[in-house]
Amino acid sequence: MTNTEIYDKLKAAFGEKIGEWHEQSGGEYMKRMSSYADITDTSYIRDVCLYLRDEAELEFDSLLLLSSVDNGDKTLSVTYHLESKSKKHFIALKVTVPIDNAIVPSITDVWSHANWQEREAWDMMGIKFLNHPDMRRILLDEDWVGHPLRKDYKHPEFYRGMKVPY
Amino acid sequence: MTEVLERKMQTMPVPVKVVPAEQIDPKRIRTEEMVLNIGPQHPSTHGVLRLEAVLDGELVIDVVPFLGYLHRCFEKHSEAMTYPQVIPYVDRMDYLAPMQGEHGYALAVERMMGIEVPEKVEFIRVLFGELQRIASHLVAVGTFGLDTGAFTPFLYCFRDREDILEMFEKTCGARLLYNYIWVGGLSHDLHPDVISMCRTFVKKSRATHKEINELLTFNKIFVERTANIGILKPDVAINGGASGPMLRGSGVKWDLRRDDPYSIYDRFEFDIPVGTGMLGTVGDCFDRHWVRMCEWEQSLNIIEQILEKYPQSDKTDVQKAVPKRIKPGAGEIYSRVETARGELGYYLVSKDGINPWRCKVRSPAFVNLSLLPIISRGYLMADLIIILGSVDIVLGEVDR
Repeated sequence: MTNTEIYDKLKAAFGEKIGEWHEQSGGEYMKRMSSYADITDTSYIRDVCLYLRDEAELEFDSLLLLSSVDNGDKTLSVTYHLESKSKKHFIALKVTVPIDNAIVPSITDVWSHANWQEREAWDMMGIKFLNHPDMRRILLDEDWVGHPLRKDYKHPEFYRGMKVPY
Repeated sequence: MTEVLERKMQTMPVPVKVVPAEQIDPKRIRTEEMVLNIGPQHPSTHGVLRLEAVLDGELVIDVVPFLGYLHRCFEKHSEAMTYPQVIPYVDRMDYLAPMQGEHGYALAVERMMGIEVPEKVEFIRVLFGELQRIASHLVAVGTFGLDTGAFTPFLYCFRDREDILEMFEKTCGARLLYNYIWVGGLSHDLHPDVISMCRTFVKKSRATHKEINELLTFNKIFVERTANIGILKPDVAINGGASGPMLRGSGVKWDLRRDDPYSIYDRFEFDIPVGTGMLGTVGDCFDRHWVRMCEWEQSLNIIEQILEKYPQSDKTDVQKAVPKRIKPGAGEIYSRVETARGELGYYLVSKDGINPWRCKVRSPAFVNLSLLPIISRGYLMADLIIILGSVDIVLGEVDR
């Protein structure tokens, strides 16, 4: 299936919860791998993922990447790149949350790969994932202040009494 | 001999009085789990990684990896760099296979901008990519041998890796971190000696491959220590996002060079080796090792085909397609390549500037390492080290 067909199928199943289709300009690869669908209601992301995984026709068996983006306008986004290794098709989804209330449902129980990626998104971007089994920082230490990949991040002068270089 | 034994018996302490089992009160026996810390600086952890193993006697109940000791926040740095300036940072992620990392990044930006690369450049990229794959697998196989207690294959592997690094050095001057593959081209043309060096290397490497198989792969001690250890089931592997030899070791025939071809990989003939449970169970440590050994051979096959088809009379400038100003339009891309460790993906978001708005890397070693707790539960402590070795992590890429 092409990703626009999958989008239509999602639209039929979830209606208004699925937002616009953002088609990327450029070559065939850009259209196939990088176009994404907005999910307007953030709380539905897990249901959408479950549907994509369990529907026999779609069978999305793997999550390729879960990435977080600071859009620079007081919102954060989480992008899900999904792939079906058996059916060889692909789709990307995106949810957007406000920066002061960045909470997204976890999809760790859908694809276990999401576990560490969500921890990284929390660590680096400060997005909390609801019902995540182990919501700790992963790359930085537990007592680090702030989330470095946010655009308004200022690095601390001192860390545990040591001067932070640069 | 008997005299020595008798003398020894006399000097030994009096044996403890053995209490019959039925007299032991089970309520008075107390066992407890022990937490053992391994690393962060430890010869068996392949870099700066800390593992907290929860043990019951010698049995591993759980493993918790702690990362970040090599964290440099490459993703934050790249937001302050222009697109070509990111490439040296990319080198420093997977420092055992930087050619492939560069290729992936260059490919992502090229796809965003719609740049067509000359055929000759594609040939050199694939040639160096495959040489790099062999170099990386040599380190993986060699250090895996170290983990199981075989020291000699490690030296053989590094001897052969040297030949590959020499070819890279002749061409671009660097041996470890190349900054060779640029967006739209290469930094230097292929050195004229490399083709003949490659020919001799292929012959030599085939001999080493055979030798390593005899020395290591089918060594009884090695097989006993790796077969049936650290079994990763295919459905768990796919769900957990495993890729590369880790996924193929579990019997899943998935290789991006074949399933989502990039560059000119669709022109070459090669097999995709998968784990078959030859000497144990599908998806055990031996299968992962075996897949690497087979991929080594397949890479040699690809190199031989490149040497046949390489357009030597083509005098195209390798920097012909390098754009003066690299500034992709607004948009985003997920682009991926198959490196020695698995699927390396770049998620780039551009907001019509000269530096990436966001650059997120799907690093295969990070994802494969996240499966370590799943595959090491229930095995012995000594097996944990072998399982970790079979995952083949590079901490530079895990922590970024």
